[in-house]
Amino acid sequence: MRPSPQDKPVSLFVTCLVDWLSPTTGISIVRLLEHLGVPVHFPRRQTCCGQPGYNGGYRHEAAQVARHFLDVFQDAEVIVVPSGSCSAMICHEFPTLFADDPARLKLAQRLASITWEFTEYLVEGLGVIDLKLKLPAPQTFAFHDSCHGLRMMGLGQAGRALVGHIENASLTELVDHDECCGFGGLFSVKMPDVSSAMLAKKIAHINECTASTIVVGDISCLIHIQGGLSRQQSPKQIRHIADVLAGGLPERPV
Amino acid sequence: MMTAHPNNFSAAARSAIHDQQLGAAVANATNTAASKRRLAMFAYGDEHGETMRQQAAQIRRRALARLPELLEQAETNMQANGIQVSWAANGQEVREQVIAIARQHQIKRIAKSKSMVSEEISLNHVLEAEGFDVLETDLGEYIIQLAGEMPSHIVTPVIHKSKAMIRDLFMQKLNMPPTDDATEMTRFARQILRQGFLEADMGISGGNFIIAETGTLCLVTNEGNGRMVTSLPPVHVALVGIEKVVETLDDYITLTQVLPRSATGQPMSVYTHMINGPRKSDEEGGPSHLYVILVDNGRSEIYNSKYVEALNCIRCGACINVCPVYEAVGGHTYGWVYPGPIGAVITPLLTGLENAKPLPYASSLCGACKQVCPVDIDLPRLLLDLRHDLVEQKKQSIFWRAGMRGWAFVSRTPFLFGMARLGGRWGSKLLPKRRKLPIGPLGGWTQSREIPPFAPESFHQWWAKQHKGTQDD
Repeated sequence: MRPSPQDKPVSLFVTCLVDWLSPTTGISIVRLLEHLGVPVHFPRRQTCCGQPGYNGGYRHEAAQVARHFLDVFQDAEVIVVPSGSCSAMICHEFPTLFADDPARLKLAQRLASITWEFTEYLVEGLGVIDLKLKLPAPQTFAFHDSCHGLRMMGLGQAGRALVGHIENASLTELVDHDECCGFGGLFSVKMPDVSSAMLAKKIAHINECTASTIVVGDISCLIHIQGGLSRQQSPKQIRHIADVLAGGLPERPV
Repeated sequence: MMTAHPNNFSAAARSAIHDQQLGAAVANATNTAASKRRLAMFAYGDEHGETMRQQAAQIRRRALARLPELLEQAETNMQANGIQVSWAANGQEVREQVIAIARQHQIKRIAKSKSMVSEEISLNHVLEAEGFDVLETDLGEYIIQLAGEMPSHIVTPVIHKSKAMIRDLFMQKLNMPPTDDATEMTRFARQILRQGFLEADMGISGGNFIIAETGTLCLVTNEGNGRMVTSLPPVHVALVGIEKVVETLDDYITLTQVLPRSATGQPMSVYTHMINGPRKSDEEGGPSHLYVILVDNGRSEIYNSKYVEALNCIRCGACINVCPVYEAVGGHTYGWVYPGPIGAVITPLLTGLENAKPLPYASSLCGACKQVCPVDIDLPRLLLDLRHDLVEQKKQSIFWRAGMRGWAFVSRTPFLFGMARLGGRWGSKLLPKRRKLPIGPLGGWTQSREIPPFAPESFHQWWAKQHKGTQDD
């Protein structure tokens, strides 16, 4: 059993992709946690979890980056991550990475036990499904299940429950919502043609879907799918779940 | 170990992706098989299906844990049943043994039922070169034998061909009268195959399992050709990988429940053969001579490595049917007889990592394969381990090695990490939005998608502004 994250401050690991490409997603999380009255810390020396190197087979390099992560987050009580993939890296791969380093392995195991993907943190950690959110106008959403979140972290239902409780939001399902979009990190760079073929299938399903907005839990899938939607000038939108939820927060006094 | 040419996955993938007929055929067949699998595995609820899967995995793990001992037990019990058992270390030895048996019995015509081991060692070519008449009798295998191709799927070898292509092939090679009716085409092939069974003086089969405690050779087939091949000719030779042994009859019963469900979505295959030896003196049918050749061909090397889990595989093809990469590129792209996720793992292990360098990277690591594997093989983890081996053995290009070192250095140095963002920001600003880059690492990416724009202000910067004057978080 993992230690409960209730009544503990959150250390936000924003991930490199959110930091660089979609900082609003990080801001959305801060706003949502403030809305719930949870204190948020942001360890400023944070960078990346090491997954690009790890998935490429470069474990030595990945371990260097992961060691930096351990160093930065060693005092954290709860770590929240807006990504199924990065949280899976910390929860499931860090212990492999430090198998031969007993001192760090212990820390890695502790951090793995206190690391939560964002929707998992809300629904399973805090037990909150209804965030008392309301969208200004009715809108239909459909989820694309990111692979690592779905299969390594067991996500999917948490996000749907959270969005389903937003007033004015309705949900539908995307065809093959649990099939990979073809990103796969370095896969999309090493095998761009295969990745493109997978993306084309995903985009065809999105274009046929009645939802105007596709919801994802990972910025990696988001930039990949968005890059394809934009190239095709598709009217469909794709947004991170934190941004969708934050869209339902009460207006903040300026 | 065995002959294989350098793997050319990326180039083969490019042409396969543009073959629309191939794409449609593969997608249609794999999607159907995958949904039938789901219905069959979970017909009695999710818990029941998952329990079957875990039991099957346990059986395979238990068998592999004492494989050497079980193989000896299987050999003793098969011999007691009158089966002549031999061992072959590699493809060369298998081919020599099969030829020696055929010569000894003065064989002319050989009828084969489907065997992936025989594909692995290119048995047909060698037998034909030695003057034997070899007929593949599984319909799919027969079609690819006529076409001179490799199987593109381990269960449905001809998945890449449309009905029209098969019609043209039959008309060209067999003078089939023109027809577009699949049943008529099958009937036509059936007549030829029937004749083949009757004329064959030797049958060659594979083997799905060997039960150690009873010395039983087990085969799972659907077309009935397996029964003909193993019972009509006077001599039967079975080629079985050494990993196929299971401990008990009970274990076999569990595995025969998950294998057809996972492979074709059938609760049970049409034919389930349990062969306990050659014809006995009081029996009317069956071969008088039964040989089982236990084939290593690289398996004991896998057994003694960190990849031993790959030997759990019962060749159901479920991982292939759910793999989005396989769906996009088809089986031939993988360059050898085993495609899809399991092929990406065992091809490098059986033919040498050097000969299959692209395959461990031919996966987005989505994990769909692991989820459906009836014996719980962690295929993504094995692919990651192979990637790590490629890196450790310095089989990756200097470009990637240097890039990864640079990435790691930047990512453990917060100041440089911030500077790298600025670099990316300016880089992405300079790129016209809809531009396709002709070259470079992102050239392929930009053919179908845009490079994501870097945000004007990073989260780090936003946070710093919100918390001015404070040093930390």
